[in-house]
Amino acid sequence: MVSVENKEDIKRRLEEYHKKNVTYIIILLIIWFIVSLGGILVVKSLNEFTFLKFPFGYYLGAQLSIIVFIAEIFIYAKLMDNLDKKYGFYED
Amino acid sequence: MSNQVIGYIVVFGVFIAFMYIAYATRAKRADDFYVAGRRIKPFWNGMAVAADWMSAASFISMAGAIAALGYDGLAYIMGWTGGYVVLALVLAPYLRKFGKYTAPDFIGDRYESQVARAVAIICAIVISFTYCVAQVAGAGIIMGRLMGLPMKVAIAIGVIIVIASTVMGGMKSITWTQCAQYIVLIIGYLIPVTALCIKFYGHPLPQLAYGDILQKIVAKEKELNITPLYIEPFTKMSMADMWVLTLVLMIGTAGLPHIMMRFFTTPLVRDARYSAGWALVFIGALYITAPAYAAFQKYVVLHDVVGKPISQLPEWVSAWGKVGLLKIKDAIELGGNGDGILQFKELDLHRDIVVLSMPEIAQLPYIVSALVAAGGLAAAISTADGLLMVIAAAISHDLYYKMINPNASENTRVILGKSLIGFFAIIAGIVAAGNIGFIVQIVAWAFSLAAASFFPAIVMGVFDKRTNTYGAVIGMIGGLLITIFYILGVKFGWPVKISPIAGIKDQGAGLFGMAFNFLSCIIISRLTPPPSEKIMDLVDHLRYPKKLTDAHD
Repeated sequence: MVSVENKEDIKRRLEEYHKKNVTYIIILLIIWFIVSLGGILVVKSLNEFTFLKFPFGYYLGAQLSIIVFIAEIFIYAKLMDNLDKKYGFYED
Repeated sequence: MSNQVIGYIVVFGVFIAFMYIAYATRAKRADDFYVAGRRIKPFWNGMAVAADWMSAASFISMAGAIAALGYDGLAYIMGWTGGYVVLALVLAPYLRKFGKYTAPDFIGDRYESQVARAVAIICAIVISFTYCVAQVAGAGIIMGRLMGLPMKVAIAIGVIIVIASTVMGGMKSITWTQCAQYIVLIIGYLIPVTALCIKFYGHPLPQLAYGDILQKIVAKEKELNITPLYIEPFTKMSMADMWVLTLVLMIGTAGLPHIMMRFFTTPLVRDARYSAGWALVFIGALYITAPAYAAFQKYVVLHDVVGKPISQLPEWVSAWGKVGLLKIKDAIELGGNGDGILQFKELDLHRDIVVLSMPEIAQLPYIVSALVAAGGLAAAISTADGLLMVIAAAISHDLYYKMINPNASENTRVILGKSLIGFFAIIAGIVAAGNIGFIVQIVAWAFSLAAASFFPAIVMGVFDKRTNTYGAVIGMIGGLLITIFYILGVKFGWPVKISPIAGIKDQGAGLFGMAFNFLSCIIISRLTPPPSEKIMDLVDHLRYPKKLTDAHD
């Protein structure tokens, strides 16, 4: 299947793959930013709420942010596995 | 059996196990020596990264810093974990795809410049060596405090263990000793605070219970009229300072050479992504617990120590007072009010006491203290191993093989690498035995230096094809100079006095250097000729885990 594509098509596929990868990265970095650096900016308002007996702003910085970070990395790895498969870059 | 004997048996038993692992996994080939033959699966590489990353400071000082700084101290928690997201998304997979041995390799090849390579080599060595001295000193402090060894003897033992677990097998044996060291360090860290939590709450999850503890701390602080409250944000740093520090620690973490180097060891690009995830799982276990440590200790201090007559203080208070980690300043000549009752302001706690005193606070048998000592040592030594590896690779591979003698045989390079590890471990020990105040300072700046130098050059090298030699070299050199200038100006007022911009202190200096470096990569690159066709192909090669066809040959 790959062999019948011409060079232009392949180039387009490579670029499409890279563009999707960059889109994933930007979305995940926005979430990364919100839970950590964003949380610092509004911590005083967040602390009005209580979560598991913690002031929420404190909880976000001390625990929730780390949990979100871990989830983000595995989600990205999974998304990229799928993208690699779709575009024929998956390694066995 | 006396406590000291138990301590020696536990600590030396653990270290003989580490050395056996190093011996069993020794390496002869350059591939094994620098990148562990690229056969390390993500789960184990993640564990090795975690041990590589978590230093003596993470283990003994971080919880204490949070206890002292309150919310503001969470900059370290978010900064040192959030960096792994950045690493996983924009660095690790591409470093692995690049497929060589080191970060200076990447910079030298991508920018076709020996100047760029040389700048990267110098950065890698300066950052890694100072960091390594701090680890060796940390090992000495832990053995000294918990086992009563003289500092110099303790450092010598530390150096021997480091050499033994690194020289024989390079990256291959480091990987497996680091996995063992992670297990020892996490057990040592979790047992004391978990035991205290069981005592207070009847369940083993201090990470969940300390919300309640925080409420009790606030109630107690209000009762004792202590201000500002522990959970109140921005009492020790301004919002801008904390924000910038968090950002610089994140970017710096992603740009530290000994962490980047570990991502060269996985078999596939995909494995590099999962490695970062596993690394953060293992690191998170300690980092999620550190603020709980801080809260439990703070509560015990407020409840059992503050407001009590000095003659009736708990036993651990006087024990740690003798070691100098805790000072009682009730006497008028020490600045107290001399009423024989300990006020909050009259208590001076060293940061390291939070973790070190926990086994006694929880009234655990001495063997737990020995486990904490073994854990702290494992943290210090595993990090020192990884750092020595960077230095050895920077000199034997990047400098000698790539710049001086490209005909050097594999055997020569490996022997040179091994000798360098031994040499620098001994030098680090000698420096650590001297006055290390300045070294500890430099470690705090390592993140700024990494954020201002490696990070922008590597990220732009992958994501912006137009970034060329001029942009990257001027960016790295300028970024470093700006960072160093800001640090010196703010900290020492030399060569010119700089008043902190927006309250950003020396630790956040990397922000300015990093901004300059990125701008240089973007703007100066576009004012100068684009990179060659060969480099454009290299960037394509980096971006795709596997080639589709030979479209680029």
